[in-house]
Amino acid sequence: MEGNEISVLSLEIEIKRKEMSLILDHVNHIYGEDTKLAVAALKDINLVIPDGQFIGLIGHTGSGKSTLVQHLNGLLKPTSGSIYFNGQDIADKDYDKKELRSKVGLVFQYPEHQLFEVTVFQDVCFGPKNLGLSGKEVEIRAYTALKQAGVKEELFQVSPFDLSGGQKRRVAIAGVLAMKPEVLILDEPTAGLDPKGRDEILGQIKQLQKETGITVILVSHSMEDVAEYVDRILVMNKGQVVYDGVPKEVFKHYEGLEKIGLAAPQVTYIMDRLNKEGFSLDTDATTIVEAKEAILKAFR
Amino acid sequence: MGIIKAVNLAFEYIRRDEEGNVEGITRAVDGVNLDIKEGDFVAILGHNGSGKSTLAKHLNALLYPTEGTVFVDGKDVKQPENVWDVRQTAGMVFQNPDNQIIGQVVEEDVGFGPENLGVPTKEIWERVEESLKAVGMYEYRKHSPNKLSGGQKQRVSIAGVIAMHPKCIIFDEPTAMLDPNGRKEVIRAARALNQVEGITIILITHYMEEVIYADKVYVMDEGKVVLQGDPKAVFSQVERLRELRLDVPQVTELAYELKKGGLPLSDGILTMDELVAELKQLKQG
Repeated sequence: MEGNEISVLSLEIEIKRKEMSLILDHVNHIYGEDTKLAVAALKDINLVIPDGQFIGLIGHTGSGKSTLVQHLNGLLKPTSGSIYFNGQDIADKDYDKKELRSKVGLVFQYPEHQLFEVTVFQDVCFGPKNLGLSGKEVEIRAYTALKQAGVKEELFQVSPFDLSGGQKRRVAIAGVLAMKPEVLILDEPTAGLDPKGRDEILGQIKQLQKETGITVILVSHSMEDVAEYVDRILVMNKGQVVYDGVPKEVFKHYEGLEKIGLAAPQVTYIMDRLNKEGFSLDTDATTIVEAKEAILKAFR
Repeated sequence: MGIIKAVNLAFEYIRRDEEGNVEGITRAVDGVNLDIKEGDFVAILGHNGSGKSTLAKHLNALLYPTEGTVFVDGKDVKQPENVWDVRQTAGMVFQNPDNQIIGQVVEEDVGFGPENLGVPTKEIWERVEESLKAVGMYEYRKHSPNKLSGGQKQRVSIAGVIAMHPKCIIFDEPTAMLDPNGRKEVIRAARALNQVEGITIILITHYMEEVIYADKVYVMDEGKVVLQGDPKAVFSQVERLRELRLDVPQVTELAYELKKGGLPLSDGILTMDELVAELKQLKQG
């Protein structure tokens, strides 16, 4: 039996490549519909999120990002329109909502506030245990998830409350990973962390996404954070998706971004200013490394 | 002596396990000396767990030193009779705006502090008005705080502190939970209070861009002050800051990288204007 268990583990780490996706078709959401206080939080959202993409979802407070992500795992129902996960309408009566919630994992803001168990390991076991899996399977999942989230083994038996802020957050992320989501949504995973902590968490998420091939949706305020890591940026304003594209494309609209209370990374502005001052640089640069290359080239 | 002076300040707390047995002692602040001039804008940086917040809580007598002492406007915080004076001199704004607002209406919330001081009613209203105007929230005075954005709530919290007429305000990561707009609003309010009203500001933050206008920057690690100086001096030490789990503003980092790549730029460039000007000069020269 022992040997079987190990092969199960290696199977699970193996990258799964089935065709999966999330499709939003004319999704609207109105809070307090039919009341005086009705607010349209989502307006006619149409999106296709293919399997394995790393997406940055950006917008200022109140732009509708959180409302949107809560639709993706069925916490909120659209007022009109449909959401399809792997080809199935999640609003169907016979659609298994419980299954959906384990496939689309949502890590809330300040997830470390939801830690409660005596040890780190037990905390991560909580989710898979509730799926009714065998004890061994639960442990394998917890172990794998903690590894994927970058938690060191010597911390497994420590109380989660004795960890630093960054470590606690990793444990909380592992708790969601242990459910084996196909889509991982993280709401502001770096809020309140120091700069190094921010880089570490985002780097870990990127690595995880590459290794497992899962879809990641990162909800953030910060273009600087997102620019280096994601394949695609969705910018929301007043309940609508206003920009959708690769980071470079989206940052070209920096004036439009400012109007809706956002900003492109500082680098974009520097490159733009330099060009106005008579340099002829490749303004595509959105990261420090790219900007450095472009500027050095101009001096060669 | 400056408005805030810490002398060999140390703070220890005892860690206990679940049964209450002592597990060990943590020295969260370890021999800190500060001398902050009245009217200065001072920033304190440091990674999570470096002791910044523990230090800040000593500056308005929320914590008492284990060793050494702190003087706020000349008053020793260790003397129990000074507590109320100290807290009135040095106000504090915390990270989460939702934990700091108690009133049902914005103006009531701001009036709560002075009311508790026994300020006459007429003067309370004057203070509420001037405080809300100082943070640009006067037109929201009749609103419910629940309906405000994070940045607006945080500005109401600041108004509540200003209404106490403090000489100094300590901001403990006031922007950590805000979006870029909210962050700008709060930092703009803090700078205006400093420049217009002459209030001493102590800003604790993880955002490097927020401190480039500070008069002085202290960097903490393991409870100690490990770097101090004006922003230029501190941010020219890019590698050292990285070791301390911190960062530099993107402009500074780009300038540093360009310098490593062979361009003769000066150290500690903080603003886009400086960088653009230097690059232009290099190109012409």
